[in-house]
Amino acid sequence: MAEEQKLFKVTIDNITVEVEPGTTILNAARKIGGDVAPPAMCYYSKLKGSGGKCRTCLVEVAAGSTADPRPMPKLVASCRTTVMDGMIVKNITSERVIDARAGVVEFLLLNHPLDCPICDQAGECHLQDLSYEHGKAGTRYEFSRRTFEKHDLGPYIQLHMTRCILCYRCVFTADQLTNKRVHGVLDRGDHAEIATYIEKALDNDFIGNVIDVCPVGALTDKTFRFKNRVWFTKPVDAHCGCDKCSGQVTLWMRGDEVFRVTARKDEWGEVEEWICNTCRFERKKVSDWTIEGPTEVSRHSVISQGHYVGITKPAETIDKVMGRKPQLLMDIHTVSGVNDPNVDLSEIEGPAHSDDFKKQ
Amino acid sequence: MQSLTNRVKPVDRKPMTFLEKIYLWEIAKGMMITIKHFFKRKPTIKYPEQKREFSSVFRGLHILNRDEQGRERCTACGLCAVACPAEAITMEAAERKTGEEHLYREEKYAARYEINMLRCIFCGLCEEACPKDAIYLSQTFTPSNLTRAQFIYKKDDLLIPDPNKDPEQYAKALGDRKRPQ
Repeated sequence: MAEEQKLFKVTIDNITVEVEPGTTILNAARKIGGDVAPPAMCYYSKLKGSGGKCRTCLVEVAAGSTADPRPMPKLVASCRTTVMDGMIVKNITSERVIDARAGVVEFLLLNHPLDCPICDQAGECHLQDLSYEHGKAGTRYEFSRRTFEKHDLGPYIQLHMTRCILCYRCVFTADQLTNKRVHGVLDRGDHAEIATYIEKALDNDFIGNVIDVCPVGALTDKTFRFKNRVWFTKPVDAHCGCDKCSGQVTLWMRGDEVFRVTARKDEWGEVEEWICNTCRFERKKVSDWTIEGPTEVSRHSVISQGHYVGITKPAETIDKVMGRKPQLLMDIHTVSGVNDPNVDLSEIEGPAHSDDFKKQ
Repeated sequence: MQSLTNRVKPVDRKPMTFLEKIYLWEIAKGMMITIKHFFKRKPTIKYPEQKREFSSVFRGLHILNRDEQGRERCTACGLCAVACPAEAITMEAAERKTGEEHLYREEKYAARYEINMLRCIFCGLCEEACPKDAIYLSQTFTPSNLTRAQFIYKKDDLLIPDPNKDPEQYAKALGDRKRPQ
Protein backbone atom coordinates (compact mmCIF):
# COMPACT_ATOMS: atom_id res chain seq x y z
CA MET A 1 0.00 0.00 0.00
CA ALA A 2 2.30 2.65 -1.25
CA GLU A 3 -0.46 5.11 -1.90
CA GLU A 4 -1.04 7.86 0.59
CA GLN A 5 -3.53 7.06 3.29
CA LYS A 6 -6.53 9.31 3.41
CA LEU A 7 -6.65 11.34 6.59
CA PHE A 8 -9.92 11.66 8.48
CA LYS A 9 -11.14 15.12 9.36
CA VAL A 10 -12.67 15.26 12.80
CA THR A 11 -14.00 18.28 14.65
CA ILE A 12 -13.70 18.25 18.42
CA ASP A 13 -15.13 21.20 20.32
CA ASN A 14 -15.14 23.23 17.10
CA ILE A 15 -11.47 22.55 16.45
CA THR A 16 -10.78 20.50 13.36
CA VAL A 17 -7.87 18.12 13.24
CA GLU A 18 -6.75 15.57 10.66
CA VAL A 19 -5.90 12.15 11.95
CA GLU A 20 -5.19 8.75 10.51
CA PRO A 21 -8.05 6.28 10.24
CA GLY A 22 -8.23 4.03 13.27
CA THR A 23 -7.32 6.75 15.73
CA THR A 24 -9.57 6.98 18.74
CA ILE A 25 -11.43 10.19 19.55
CA LEU A 26 -9.35 10.53 22.71
CA ASN A 27 -6.07 10.44 20.81
CA ALA A 28 -7.39 12.89 18.24
CA ALA A 29 -8.36 15.23 21.07
CA ARG A 30 -4.95 14.80 22.67
CA LYS A 31 -3.46 15.88 19.36
CA ILE A 32 -5.25 19.19 19.84
CA GLY A 33 -4.33 19.19 23.50
CA GLY A 34 -5.39 21.43 26.32
CA ASP A 35 -8.87 21.28 27.77
CA VAL A 36 -10.24 19.56 24.71
CA ALA A 37 -8.62 16.25 25.65
CA PRO A 38 -11.04 14.27 27.80
CA PRO A 39 -9.66 13.01 31.10
CA ALA A 40 -8.86 9.32 31.26
CA MET A 41 -8.44 7.19 34.33
CA CYS A 42 -8.04 3.74 32.80
CA TYR A 43 -6.82 4.36 29.26
CA TYR A 44 -3.03 4.26 28.91
CA SER A 45 -1.59 4.74 25.46
CA LYS A 46 1.38 2.51 26.19
CA LEU A 47 -0.72 -0.44 27.29
CA LYS A 48 -2.53 -2.50 24.69
CA GLY A 49 -6.16 -3.20 25.47
CA SER A 50 -6.46 -0.59 28.20
CA GLY A 51 -9.43 1.73 28.32
CA GLY A 52 -13.18 1.46 28.28
CA LYS A 53 -13.57 0.83 31.99
CA CYS A 54 -13.72 4.07 33.92
CA ARG A 55 -16.09 6.06 31.64
CA THR A 56 -14.49 9.39 32.48
CA CYS A 57 -13.62 10.04 28.85
CA LEU A 58 -17.27 10.06 27.70
CA VAL A 59 -17.95 12.46 24.84
CA GLU A 60 -20.94 13.36 22.77
CA VAL A 61 -20.81 12.61 19.06
CA ALA A 62 -22.98 15.22 17.37
CA ALA A 63 -22.49 13.83 13.88
CA GLY A 64 -21.25 10.33 13.16
CA SER A 65 -19.55 11.02 9.83
CA THR A 66 -20.00 12.84 6.55
CA ALA A 67 -21.67 9.78 5.05
CA ASP A 68 -24.01 9.31 7.97
CA PRO A 69 -24.35 12.56 9.88
CA ARG A 70 -26.80 11.25 12.48
CA PRO A 71 -25.66 11.86 16.04
CA MET A 72 -24.88 8.88 18.23
CA PRO A 73 -27.74 8.34 20.65
CA LYS A 74 -25.64 7.85 23.74
CA LEU A 75 -22.41 9.31 25.01
CA VAL A 76 -19.47 7.21 23.88
CA ALA A 77 -16.21 6.32 25.56
CA SER A 78 -13.71 8.31 23.53
CA CYS A 79 -10.79 6.01 24.31
CA ARG A 80 -12.55 3.11 22.57
CA THR A 81 -14.38 4.84 19.73
CA THR A 82 -12.46 5.42 16.54
CA VAL A 83 -12.97 8.52 14.47
CA MET A 84 -14.84 8.67 11.18
CA ASP A 85 -14.35 11.21 8.45
CA GLY A 86 -16.39 14.34 9.17
CA MET A 87 -17.20 13.34 12.73
CA ILE A 88 -18.23 16.15 15.04
CA VAL A 89 -17.47 15.56 18.69
CA LYS A 90 -18.47 17.68 21.66
CA ASN A 91 -16.47 17.39 24.81
CA ILE A 92 -16.44 20.39 27.10
CA THR A 93 -18.94 22.25 24.95
CA SER A 94 -21.62 19.69 25.75
CA GLU A 95 -23.80 20.02 28.84
CA ARG A 96 -24.56 16.30 28.75
CA VAL A 97 -20.90 15.36 28.87
CA ILE A 98 -20.14 17.63 31.81
CA ASP A 99 -23.13 16.30 33.70
CA ALA A 100 -22.25 12.69 32.91
CA ARG A 101 -18.66 13.21 33.95
CA ALA A 102 -19.72 14.64 37.29
CA GLY A 103 -21.80 11.50 37.73
CA VAL A 104 -18.87 9.25 36.82
CA VAL A 105 -16.65 11.04 39.33
CA GLU A 106 -19.31 10.52 41.98
CA PHE A 107 -19.38 6.82 41.16
CA LEU A 108 -15.60 6.54 41.26
CA LEU A 109 -15.57 8.23 44.64
CA LEU A 110 -18.29 6.00 46.09
CA ASN A 111 -15.83 3.57 47.50
CA HIS A 112 -12.67 5.62 47.29
CA PRO A 113 -11.62 6.66 50.78
CA LEU A 114 -10.96 10.33 51.32
CA ASP A 115 -7.64 9.71 53.00
CA CYS A 116 -5.68 12.08 50.80
CA PRO A 117 -3.89 13.53 53.86
CA ILE A 118 -2.35 10.11 54.42
CA CYS A 119 -2.02 8.91 50.85
CA ASP A 120 1.38 9.20 49.20
CA GLN A 121 -0.17 9.79 45.80
CA ALA A 122 -1.76 13.08 46.88
CA GLY A 123 -0.45 15.88 44.72
CA GLU A 124 0.02 13.73 41.65
CA CYS A 125 -3.20 11.73 41.88
CA HIS A 126 -5.30 11.67 38.74
CA LEU A 127 -8.48 11.03 40.69
CA GLN A 128 -7.77 14.08 42.83
CA ASP A 129 -7.38 16.22 39.70
CA LEU A 130 -10.43 14.67 38.11
CA SER A 131 -12.70 15.23 41.08
CA TYR A 132 -11.35 18.73 41.51
CA GLU A 133 -12.01 19.65 37.92
CA HIS A 134 -15.09 17.66 37.07
CA GLY A 135 -16.64 16.49 40.29
CA LYS A 136 -19.19 17.88 42.67
CA ALA A 137 -18.40 18.94 46.21
CA GLY A 138 -20.75 16.56 47.97
CA THR A 139 -21.63 12.90 47.85
CA ARG A 140 -25.06 11.34 48.15
CA TYR A 141 -23.74 7.96 49.26
CA GLU A 142 -24.89 7.02 52.74
CA PHE A 143 -23.63 3.48 53.15
CA SER A 144 -20.35 2.26 54.53
CA ARG A 145 -17.55 2.16 52.03
CA ARG A 146 -15.90 -0.99 50.78
CA THR A 147 -12.71 -1.72 52.70
CA PHE A 148 -9.98 -4.31 52.32
CA GLU A 149 -7.04 -5.51 54.30
CA LYS A 150 -3.71 -4.10 53.20
CA HIS A 151 -1.77 -6.41 50.89
CA ASP A 152 1.96 -6.63 50.52
CA LEU A 153 2.97 -7.11 46.94
CA GLY A 154 6.59 -8.03 47.42
CA PRO A 155 9.10 -6.02 49.41
CA TYR A 156 8.77 -2.79 47.45
CA ILE A 157 5.15 -2.34 46.47
CA GLN A 158 2.33 -1.49 48.83
CA LEU A 159 -1.20 -2.26 47.71
CA HIS A 160 -4.03 -0.29 49.29
CA MET A 161 -6.94 -2.10 47.75
CA THR A 162 -9.40 0.28 49.42
CA ARG A 163 -8.19 3.10 47.17
CA CYS A 164 -8.32 1.06 43.95
CA ILE A 165 -10.74 2.15 41.22
CA LEU A 166 -10.27 -1.05 39.17
CA CYS A 167 -8.78 0.55 36.10
CA TYR A 168 -6.87 -2.66 35.25
CA ARG A 169 -3.80 -0.67 34.21
CA CYS A 170 -1.49 -2.55 36.54
CA VAL A 171 -2.83 -5.89 35.31
CA PHE A 172 -2.09 -4.88 31.72
CA THR A 173 1.36 -3.65 32.74
CA ALA A 174 2.19 -6.92 34.40
CA ASP A 175 0.80 -8.83 31.44
CA GLN A 176 2.62 -6.92 28.77
CA LEU A 177 5.88 -5.96 30.44
CA THR A 178 6.68 -9.12 32.32
CA ASN A 179 6.42 -12.67 31.20
CA LYS A 180 4.52 -14.04 34.11
CA ARG A 181 1.74 -12.25 35.82
CA VAL A 182 0.84 -13.31 39.31
CA HIS A 183 -1.69 -10.65 40.16
CA GLY A 184 -5.05 -9.94 38.69
CA VAL A 185 -8.60 -9.05 39.54
CA LEU A 186 -10.38 -11.51 41.80
CA ASP A 187 -14.11 -11.70 42.50
CA ARG A 188 -16.80 -9.68 40.82
CA GLY A 189 -18.83 -6.52 41.16
CA ASP A 190 -18.45 -4.66 44.39
CA HIS A 191 -16.12 -7.33 45.74
CA ALA A 192 -13.70 -7.19 42.82
CA GLU A 193 -10.16 -6.57 43.94
CA ILE A 194 -6.63 -6.53 42.64
CA ALA A 195 -4.81 -9.31 44.43
CA THR A 196 -2.22 -11.99 44.13
CA TYR A 197 -3.05 -15.57 44.90
CA ILE A 198 -1.64 -16.54 48.28
CA GLU A 199 0.19 -13.21 48.68
CA LYS A 200 2.68 -14.11 46.02
CA ALA A 201 5.52 -11.67 45.65
CA LEU A 202 5.74 -10.00 42.32
CA ASP A 203 9.32 -10.62 41.39
CA ASN A 204 10.08 -9.21 38.03
CA ASP A 205 12.55 -6.58 36.98
CA PHE A 206 9.91 -4.26 35.60
CA ILE A 207 7.05 -4.81 38.01
CA GLY A 208 7.75 -1.49 39.74
CA ASN A 209 6.10 0.25 36.81
CA VAL A 210 2.68 -0.66 38.18
CA ILE A 211 3.29 2.14 40.71
CA ASP A 212 3.67 4.76 37.99
CA VAL A 213 0.76 3.38 36.04
CA CYS A 214 -1.68 3.48 38.95
CA PRO A 215 -3.84 6.61 38.64
CA VAL A 216 -4.66 6.62 42.35
CA GLY A 217 -2.71 5.72 45.46
CA ALA A 218 -3.59 2.02 45.40
CA LEU A 219 -0.10 0.97 44.39
CA THR A 220 2.61 2.99 46.04
CA ASP A 221 6.35 2.81 46.47
CA LYS A 222 7.19 1.30 49.85
CA THR A 223 10.67 2.82 49.87
CA PHE A 224 9.05 6.27 49.69
CA ARG A 225 6.11 5.46 51.96
CA PHE A 226 5.34 8.40 54.27
CA LYS A 227 8.83 9.84 53.80
CA ASN A 228 7.66 13.15 52.48
CA ARG A 229 4.84 14.78 50.62
CA VAL A 230 5.23 14.85 46.86
CA TRP A 231 5.13 18.65 46.69
CA PHE A 232 7.97 19.12 49.15
CA THR A 233 10.34 17.06 47.04
CA LYS A 234 11.98 18.51 44.00
CA PRO A 235 11.81 16.61 40.73
CA VAL A 236 14.95 16.51 38.62
CA ASP A 237 15.61 14.63 35.42
CA ALA A 238 18.49 12.20 35.65
CA HIS A 239 19.90 9.20 33.87
CA CYS A 240 22.23 6.34 34.59
CA GLY A 241 23.90 3.61 32.59
CA CYS A 242 21.49 0.83 33.38
CA ASP A 243 21.83 -2.44 31.49
CA LYS A 244 18.19 -3.40 31.96
CA CYS A 245 16.32 -0.25 31.06
CA SER A 246 16.90 3.11 29.45
CA GLY A 247 17.85 4.66 32.80
CA GLN A 248 15.90 7.82 32.00
CA VAL A 249 14.19 8.73 35.25
CA THR A 250 12.92 11.54 37.42
CA LEU A 251 14.49 11.82 40.86
CA TRP A 252 12.42 13.35 43.64
CA MET A 253 14.89 15.00 45.94
CA ARG A 254 15.10 16.94 49.14
CA GLY A 255 18.45 18.64 49.43
CA ASP A 256 21.00 16.00 48.45
CA GLU A 257 18.79 13.07 49.30
CA VAL A 258 16.99 11.06 46.66
CA PHE A 259 13.63 10.22 48.18
CA ARG A 260 12.02 8.54 45.22
CA VAL A 261 12.76 7.50 41.68
CA THR A 262 10.02 7.38 39.08
CA ALA A 263 9.84 7.14 35.34
CA ARG A 264 9.49 10.37 33.42
CA LYS A 265 5.94 11.26 32.67
CA ASP A 266 4.50 13.17 29.76
CA GLU A 267 1.78 15.82 29.87
CA TRP A 268 -0.95 13.16 30.09
CA GLY A 269 0.68 11.63 33.14
CA GLU A 270 1.84 8.64 31.15
CA VAL A 271 5.23 7.06 31.49
CA GLU A 272 7.65 7.94 28.72
CA GLU A 273 9.88 4.93 29.18
CA TRP A 274 9.54 2.00 31.54
CA ILE A 275 12.27 1.74 34.14
CA CYS A 276 13.54 -1.30 35.98
CA ASN A 277 13.27 -2.12 39.65
CA THR A 278 16.97 -1.59 40.31
CA CYS A 279 16.74 1.99 39.14
CA ARG A 280 13.51 2.59 40.95
CA PHE A 281 14.14 1.04 44.33
CA GLU A 282 17.84 0.60 44.85
CA ARG A 283 19.63 3.59 43.38
CA LYS A 284 18.90 6.07 46.12
CA LYS A 285 22.15 8.00 46.06
CA VAL A 286 22.94 11.10 44.07
CA SER A 287 26.25 9.53 43.04
CA ASP A 288 24.35 6.82 41.16
CA TRP A 289 22.88 9.35 38.77
CA THR A 290 23.85 11.97 36.25
CA ILE A 291 21.53 14.87 36.89
CA GLU A 292 20.32 16.72 33.83
CA GLY A 293 18.26 19.49 35.41
CA PRO A 294 14.93 20.24 36.99
CA THR A 295 11.88 18.53 35.53
CA GLU A 296 9.38 20.78 33.90
CA VAL A 297 6.32 20.90 36.11
CA SER A 298 3.07 22.50 35.10
CA ARG A 299 2.61 25.83 36.80
CA HIS A 300 -0.82 24.77 37.98
CA SER A 301 0.44 21.68 39.74
CA VAL A 302 0.99 21.76 43.48
CA ILE A 303 4.37 20.20 42.81
CA SER A 304 5.55 23.48 41.34
CA GLN A 305 5.09 25.25 44.69
CA GLY A 306 8.32 26.57 46.08
CA HIS A 307 10.20 25.67 42.90
CA TYR A 308 11.45 28.83 41.35
CA VAL A 309 12.56 28.33 37.79
CA GLY A 310 14.68 30.72 35.80
CA ILE A 311 15.74 33.02 38.61
CA THR A 312 19.29 34.08 39.32
CA LYS A 313 20.32 34.43 42.91
CA PRO A 314 21.66 37.91 43.62
CA ALA A 315 25.37 37.95 44.44
CA GLU A 316 26.25 38.15 48.11
CA THR A 317 27.73 41.57 48.76
CA ILE A 318 27.92 41.60 52.56
CA ASP A 319 31.42 40.11 52.70
CA LYS A 320 32.63 42.67 50.18
CA VAL A 321 31.24 45.59 52.15
CA MET A 322 32.05 44.36 55.65
CA GLY A 323 35.20 42.45 54.86
CA ARG A 324 33.89 39.32 56.56
CA LYS A 325 31.11 36.83 56.29
CA PRO A 326 27.85 37.74 58.06
CA GLN A 327 27.60 36.32 61.53
CA LEU A 328 25.18 33.43 61.85
CA LEU A 329 22.86 34.03 64.76
CA MET A 330 21.55 30.51 64.76
CA ASP A 331 22.20 27.36 62.81
CA ILE A 332 18.76 25.84 62.44
CA HIS A 333 20.13 22.29 62.52
CA THR A 334 21.36 22.72 66.09
CA VAL A 335 17.76 23.23 67.20
CA SER A 336 15.53 21.61 64.66
CA GLY A 337 15.15 17.87 64.30
CA VAL A 338 13.52 18.08 60.89
CA ASN A 339 15.80 17.38 57.95
CA ASP A 340 18.74 16.51 60.18
CA PRO A 341 21.90 16.50 58.03
CA ASN A 342 23.21 13.46 59.92
CA VAL A 343 20.15 11.36 59.22
CA ASP A 344 19.23 10.13 55.78
CA LEU A 345 15.54 9.36 55.76
CA SER A 346 15.89 8.07 52.23
CA GLU A 347 18.14 5.27 53.44
CA ILE A 348 15.58 3.81 55.79
CA GLU A 349 13.91 0.86 54.10
CA GLY A 350 10.21 1.40 54.00
CA PRO A 351 8.41 3.98 56.09
CA ALA A 352 9.98 5.49 59.17
CA HIS A 353 8.63 4.31 62.52
CA SER A 354 8.70 5.61 66.04
CA ASP A 355 11.94 3.72 66.79
CA ASP A 356 13.68 5.33 63.82
CA PHE A 357 13.06 8.70 65.37
CA LYS A 358 13.83 7.71 68.94
CA LYS A 359 17.31 6.61 67.95
CA GLN A 360 18.40 10.11 67.11
CA MET B 1 2.52 72.57 38.90
CA GLN B 2 -0.73 70.78 39.44
CA SER B 3 -0.98 69.44 42.94
CA LEU B 4 -1.60 65.74 43.44
CA THR B 5 -4.08 66.20 46.27
CA ASN B 6 -6.36 68.96 47.42
CA ARG B 7 -4.81 68.99 50.88
CA VAL B 8 -1.69 70.92 49.99
CA LYS B 9 -0.93 73.80 52.32
CA PRO B 10 1.32 76.56 51.00
CA VAL B 11 4.17 77.47 53.35
CA ASP B 12 3.51 80.67 55.24
CA ARG B 13 6.61 82.86 55.06
CA LYS B 14 5.23 85.98 56.68
CA PRO B 15 7.51 87.56 59.36
CA MET B 16 6.50 86.71 62.95
CA THR B 17 4.36 89.18 64.85
CA PHE B 18 5.36 90.51 68.27
CA LEU B 19 3.12 88.06 70.10
CA GLU B 20 4.69 85.18 68.25
CA LYS B 21 8.19 86.49 68.86
CA ILE B 22 7.95 86.34 72.65
CA TYR B 23 6.80 82.71 72.47
CA LEU B 24 4.93 82.88 75.77
CA TRP B 25 1.54 82.73 74.19
CA GLU B 26 2.57 79.77 72.06
CA ILE B 27 3.88 77.94 75.12
CA ALA B 28 0.60 78.54 76.89
CA LYS B 29 -1.25 77.19 73.86
CA GLY B 30 0.88 74.04 73.92
CA MET B 31 0.38 73.54 77.64
CA MET B 32 -3.37 73.83 77.18
CA ILE B 33 -3.29 70.77 74.94
CA THR B 34 -1.20 68.85 77.46
CA ILE B 35 -3.46 69.77 80.36
CA LYS B 36 -6.54 68.88 78.34
CA HIS B 37 -5.28 65.32 78.12
CA PHE B 38 -5.21 64.98 81.93
CA PHE B 39 -8.98 64.96 81.89
CA LYS B 40 -9.40 62.56 79.00
CA ARG B 41 -9.99 58.80 79.26
CA LYS B 42 -6.69 56.96 79.59
CA PRO B 43 -5.93 54.69 76.67
CA THR B 44 -3.31 52.71 78.62
CA ILE B 45 -3.95 50.03 81.22
CA LYS B 46 -1.83 48.76 84.11
CA TYR B 47 -0.75 45.66 82.25
CA PRO B 48 0.23 42.85 84.59
CA GLU B 49 -2.67 43.54 87.00
CA GLN B 50 -5.14 44.49 84.33
CA LYS B 51 -5.40 42.53 81.10
CA ARG B 52 -7.14 43.54 77.98
CA GLU B 53 -9.56 41.05 76.53
CA PHE B 54 -8.57 39.56 73.23
CA SER B 55 -10.88 39.67 70.29
CA SER B 56 -12.85 36.46 69.82
CA VAL B 57 -11.00 35.86 66.57
CA PHE B 58 -7.55 36.52 68.01
CA ARG B 59 -4.89 34.32 66.46
CA GLY B 60 -2.14 33.44 68.91
CA LEU B 61 0.19 30.59 69.66
CA HIS B 62 -0.54 27.33 67.87
CA ILE B 63 -1.69 24.17 69.55
CA LEU B 64 -1.80 20.67 68.15
CA ASN B 65 -5.11 19.13 68.99
CA ARG B 66 -5.97 15.67 70.29
CA ASP B 67 -9.20 13.78 69.80
CA GLU B 68 -11.53 12.79 72.64
CA GLN B 69 -9.50 9.63 73.27
CA GLY B 70 -6.34 11.63 73.62
CA ARG B 71 -4.80 10.57 70.32
CA GLU B 72 -2.88 13.04 68.20
CA ARG B 73 -4.97 14.24 65.33
CA CYS B 74 -2.16 15.41 63.08
CA THR B 75 -1.40 13.07 60.22
CA ALA B 76 1.49 15.03 58.73
CA CYS B 77 -0.31 15.70 55.47
CA GLY B 78 1.77 18.83 54.94
CA LEU B 79 -1.15 21.05 54.00
CA CYS B 80 -0.38 23.53 56.78
CA ALA B 81 3.22 23.70 55.62
CA VAL B 82 2.22 24.25 52.01
CA ALA B 83 -0.34 26.87 53.01
CA CYS B 84 2.12 28.72 55.25
CA PRO B 85 3.17 31.95 53.52
CA ALA B 86 6.14 32.38 55.86
CA GLU B 87 7.34 28.77 55.46
CA ALA B 88 7.47 28.41 59.21
CA ILE B 89 6.13 24.87 59.51
CA THR B 90 8.21 21.76 58.90
CA MET B 91 7.48 18.15 59.67
CA GLU B 92 8.54 14.59 59.21
CA ALA B 93 6.09 11.73 59.10
CA ALA B 94 6.23 8.18 60.36
CA GLU B 95 4.02 5.13 60.11
CA ARG B 96 2.03 4.04 63.13
CA LYS B 97 3.03 0.62 64.37
CA THR B 98 0.60 -1.93 65.76
CA GLY B 99 0.26 -1.12 69.44
CA GLU B 100 0.49 2.62 68.92
CA GLU B 101 -3.18 3.04 68.04
CA HIS B 102 -3.86 4.74 71.36
CA LEU B 103 -1.30 7.42 70.55
CA TYR B 104 -2.07 8.38 66.99
CA ARG B 105 -5.39 8.67 65.29
CA GLU B 106 -4.31 7.82 61.77
CA GLU B 107 -2.02 5.34 60.09
CA LYS B 108 0.51 8.08 59.51
CA TYR B 109 1.49 10.67 62.06
CA ALA B 110 3.91 13.54 62.50
CA ALA B 111 7.02 12.21 64.19
CA ARG B 112 8.50 15.68 64.08
CA TYR B 113 6.51 18.84 63.87
CA GLU B 114 8.11 22.22 64.26
CA ILE B 115 6.91 25.77 63.96
CA ASN B 116 9.46 28.50 63.75
CA MET B 117 7.81 31.28 65.73
CA LEU B 118 10.39 33.75 64.45
CA ARG B 119 8.99 33.23 60.98
CA CYS B 120 5.33 32.75 61.83
CA ILE B 121 3.11 35.71 61.03
CA PHE B 122 0.01 34.28 62.78
CA CYS B 123 -2.14 34.51 59.69
CA GLY B 124 -4.08 31.37 60.58
CA LEU B 125 -3.84 29.80 57.13
CA CYS B 126 -2.54 26.57 58.69
CA GLU B 127 -5.67 26.34 60.78
CA GLU B 128 -7.76 26.84 57.69
CA ALA B 129 -5.84 24.31 55.63
CA CYS B 130 -5.90 21.52 58.20
CA PRO B 131 -8.23 18.71 57.08
CA LYS B 132 -7.96 16.89 60.39
CA ASP B 133 -8.84 19.61 62.89
CA ALA B 134 -5.36 19.21 64.26
CA ILE B 135 -3.89 22.69 64.41
CA TYR B 136 -5.51 25.65 66.07
CA LEU B 137 -4.36 29.12 66.94
CA SER B 138 -5.00 29.74 70.61
CA GLN B 139 -5.76 32.88 72.60
CA THR B 140 -2.28 33.43 73.97
CA PHE B 141 0.68 35.00 72.32
CA THR B 142 4.17 33.60 72.05
CA PRO B 143 6.08 34.38 75.25
CA SER B 144 9.21 36.41 74.81
CA ASN B 145 12.56 34.76 75.15
CA LEU B 146 16.23 35.62 75.28
CA THR B 147 17.47 33.07 72.76
CA ARG B 148 16.41 32.48 69.21
CA ALA B 149 16.63 28.72 69.66
CA GLN B 150 13.72 28.79 72.08
CA PHE B 151 11.44 30.05 69.36
CA ILE B 152 11.59 26.81 67.41
CA TYR B 153 8.54 25.13 68.88
CA LYS B 154 8.71 21.34 68.75
CA LYS B 155 5.80 18.96 68.79
CA ASP B 156 6.00 18.57 72.58
CA ASP B 157 5.68 22.32 73.00
CA LEU B 158 2.67 22.50 70.73
CA LEU B 159 0.64 19.44 71.75
CA ILE B 160 -2.35 20.07 73.96
CA PRO B 161 -2.30 18.04 77.22
CA ASP B 162 -4.01 14.65 77.09
CA PRO B 163 -7.68 15.09 78.17
CA ASN B 164 -7.73 11.63 79.78
CA LYS B 165 -4.39 11.65 81.56
CA ASP B 166 -4.25 15.28 82.53
CA PRO B 167 -7.77 16.73 82.50
CA GLU B 168 -6.84 19.74 84.61
CA GLN B 169 -4.09 20.91 82.31
CA TYR B 170 -6.29 20.14 79.34
CA ALA B 171 -9.08 22.33 80.66
CA LYS B 172 -6.56 25.04 81.38
CA ALA B 173 -5.21 24.78 77.86
CA LEU B 174 -8.70 25.03 76.41
CA GLY B 175 -9.17 28.28 78.33
CA ASP B 176 -12.39 30.22 78.41
CA ARG B 177 -12.57 31.15 74.82
CA LYS B 178 -15.85 32.79 73.99
CA ARG B 179 -16.07 32.10 70.34
CA PRO B 180 -19.42 32.05 68.60
CA GLN B 181 -19.88 28.44 67.52
